[in-house]
Amino acid sequence: MLINIENLDCRRGNKLIIANVSLCLKTGECLILKGPNGSGKTTLLRHIAGLNSKNINDLVNADIAYSGHLDGVKSTLTVYENLQFWAGIYKSKNLESVIKTLNLENLYTRMAGELSAGQKRRLGLARMLITNAKIWLMDEPTVSLDQATTRLVSDAISNHCQKGGAAIISTHVDLDLPESSVLDITQFKPHKDTKTDPFLEGTF
Amino acid sequence: MWSIILRDIKLAIRSGGGFSLTLAFFLIVIMIVPFGVGANLDLLSRIAPGLLWIGALLSCLLSLDRIFQLDWEDGTLEALATSPIPLSGIAIAKATAHWITTGLPITLASLPLGYLLNLNYEAYFWLFTTLAIGTPTLSFIGTFGAAITVGIRRGGLLLSLLVLPLYIPTLMLGAQCVSKGTNNPLELLALISAISLMCIALLPFACAIALRANLK
Repeated sequence: MLINIENLDCRRGNKLIIANVSLCLKTGECLILKGPNGSGKTTLLRHIAGLNSKNINDLVNADIAYSGHLDGVKSTLTVYENLQFWAGIYKSKNLESVIKTLNLENLYTRMAGELSAGQKRRLGLARMLITNAKIWLMDEPTVSLDQATTRLVSDAISNHCQKGGAAIISTHVDLDLPESSVLDITQFKPHKDTKTDPFLEGTF
Repeated sequence: MWSIILRDIKLAIRSGGGFSLTLAFFLIVIMIVPFGVGANLDLLSRIAPGLLWIGALLSCLLSLDRIFQLDWEDGTLEALATSPIPLSGIAIAKATAHWITTGLPITLASLPLGYLLNLNYEAYFWLFTTLAIGTPTLSFIGTFGAAITVGIRRGGLLLSLLVLPLYIPTLMLGAQCVSKGTNNPLELLALISAISLMCIALLPFACAIALRANLK
């Protein structure tokens, strides 16, 4: 079991966004988070990534790679330099194959600042492949990607899962992934407790 | 960590980076002083140590808000925080890169600028040594301030207000050490080193706590 979470409460600031989340993720599995805007998909992903709380580490049994809404791309570095930096951070040696997988060869020497939004997103997602992490947490990975690139990304994800990885992805687009299960996040919406004083909500 | 240091140096040197800006600011601040106080050589050589140190401090301040802010805005900091490198390690790398792109060039540039301010000959050695040992303090305290203010838009001014008071001990000791040039400034130098070592040892952990709180 890569992730085994039971009854997790997720807060953003002081506000309780989702409550009593239980989910488990096995090797090779891909979990799609669905839910309307503001339902807590990002909050849950950030929680699992350990950005919102420290003690999540006991529940997660593998390395994690997280990609948020922002790409983490430096506009004054070239595409290759951007990737080289992340390869250095994760001490990975698969840089060339990642560039090939995501079709970045012809952008190699371009400054990242000159890329289009979709190309930037692709470069940002290349980081996930570089990390060699078992669990991928992706927050809306297909934003500003065209159909062909979306397929490229979903292929990369299913490839990753087949090789013994796992992924949790929040998305509104149908990624057409085999072996994936959908988790509707609205079911974890905290019930308003009418007994508590609304003015004190989030204080304790 | 080497990747962070190398990348930050690269970013600082590329267009829009802080490297040339910091150095140019230091040069200009020191060079306009004689226009302000007049060409009185005695006076200039008396105030030179303090001026050079204040100049170093102010130019160091210029680039502090870039340390984490840019990485925060484009999502790199989030990605780094989930990487295997601990946040304190990231802070050390960031502060080191900041020192290499500001403290080091300032230390080197201070020697010719000392000549412009008619600095005493004996003081050159002490100017170089105190700046070389003292500027890492500026970078590490600055990184701490940057970590605290990282989530705040245009937090540069707040950052200066937070950080400048913490620079006072180093400034006082550094300037005194240089101006006393001849009569045994070693004790002051030992104190500067002590502050520097303490900052390098402790502040990265404080940075990590501040960053974690700001990433929430």
